[in-house]
Amino acid sequence: MATTTEVAEAMYAMVKEYHGKKNLKALDLRKAMIEKFGDDNCDKKICKGAIRELIDSGKCTYSYVGGSYIVLPPEA
Amino acid sequence: MAEKLRATPLLDELEKGPWPSFVTEMKKSAAKNPMANDQLGILEHSYRDKIGHWKHGGLVGVMGYGGGVIGRYSDLPEEYPECAEFHTIRVNQPAGWFYTSDVLRKLCDVWEKHGSGLTNMHGSTGDIILLGAKTEALEPVFSDLTEMGFDLGGSGSDVRTPSCCCGESRCEWACYDTMKFTHELTQHFQDELHRPAFPYKFKFKMAGCPNDCVASVARSDMSIIGTWRDNIQIDQKEVAAYVKNGLDIDADVTSRCPTGCIKWDGKALQIDNTNCVKCMHCINTMPKGLAPGKDRGATILLGAKAPIIGGALLASVLVPFYDMEDAEDIYELAEEIWDVWGEHGMNRERVGEFIQRIGLGNFLEQIGLEPEPEMVMHPRTNPYIFFELDEEG
Ligand code: SF4
Ligand code: SF4
Repeated sequence: MATTTEVAEAMYAMVKEYHGKKNLKALDLRKAMIEKFGDDNCDKKICKGAIRELIDSGKCTYSYVGGSYIVLPPEA
Repeated sequence: MAEKLRATPLLDELEKGPWPSFVTEMKKSAAKNPMANDQLGILEHSYRDKIGHWKHGGLVGVMGYGGGVIGRYSDLPEEYPECAEFHTIRVNQPAGWFYTSDVLRKLCDVWEKHGSGLTNMHGSTGDIILLGAKTEALEPVFSDLTEMGFDLGGSGSDVRTPSCCCGESRCEWACYDTMKFTHELTQHFQDELHRPAFPYKFKFKMAGCPNDCVASVARSDMSIIGTWRDNIQIDQKEVAAYVKNGLDIDADVTSRCPTGCIKWDGKALQIDNTNCVKCMHCINTMPKGLAPGKDRGATILLGAKAPIIGGALLASVLVPFYDMEDAEDIYELAEEIWDVWGEHGMNRERVGEFIQRIGLGNFLEQIGLEPEPEMVMHPRTNPYIFFELDEEG
């Protein structure tokens, strides 16, 4: 199984890559991570934990633009 | 201290007449608080222009939370600088809305210290709504609120703050403990409440009986309404006393039963319980004579919403009767629903709209629930149940 931190890092890379191009929802990140790590190594629970880690560390934040998205903080 | 109240000739009209007026209350706050005073001004301006002067959205919130704060900005910041930022804070209300007066006073103190002092008790979500915070005030408000034991509620594409009727705490009709269930559900889904991960909002509302005092059947994505599956309890002596005291039982009770399943022969009341649709009318009319049965639980319904993007929807029955013994089953059901809706739902599509789009038959198959006859929308229709002829048939 991947660790929460590994998944959080991969999610962060993805948010950075899409920054300014496409807003990503929690579910987009979850789907992408399960595809990347494989469903034997990554699941809903790990992805939830990874998102919590990203948000609590301040590396990402939530934004609301007609829906809730996970984005880089404004100063990033 | 605000120096001078904003002039509000149009709003002043709303103070005329014998009724309480929100304008009068706002003026009381405006006399003490410059944010409330500017809010009064901008409201007058909106009435004059016949257009709202608010923009909403953006990046505001408290650290770690994706919901609970709704960003509001004025499009007239120069004219009303004190409410250029006027964010709304949703605070998770206690189940059943029980407070002590001491707690209410402290809540108001926190809000007068950090914000406009204006509140909305309660919003349609059920939350305590604190209206009008500047961005810099959000963390300090949150910290004072958590010190009092309060937490933020939901907003955005998450589980919205679950709400319930007062249930067994005050009401003899309650068929399950709505407050306990709501409190536990709220604790269980903290992550879903604070970290938006759905296509759109998802509301839970809990009503103790089919009177549905929280309008869950119209206002929540999942509504859990108390019911019973045995016979209505009848105290014939009390029923006779109602008649003796002047109740016209034929005109006011039996002829109003939607299925005509209740009869009064001049001496005793008889109910054909197999045809009772639990509308509560007879029980509400003769509360001393009738009561819900003893085998109690709840019906779980899905898919209601108020009109925002599409039109309004009422809920459909998903589980006709659940004994409410183990909340885990309901948590699992909700998670199954979120998985299917999360995977295939469109952005800003409520679960009821999603079901309409894909059909309840397909939806039930996806969440692994067997269709039941009670899921019909109206008598003589069964849009969700399909008979498949076998190959040889
Ligand atoms: S919904 Fe039923 S149980 Fe709840 S307060 Fe109303 S009448 Fe009482
Ligand atoms: S609850 Fe409603 S349907 Fe049932 S017997 Fe009473 S009036 Fe009739």
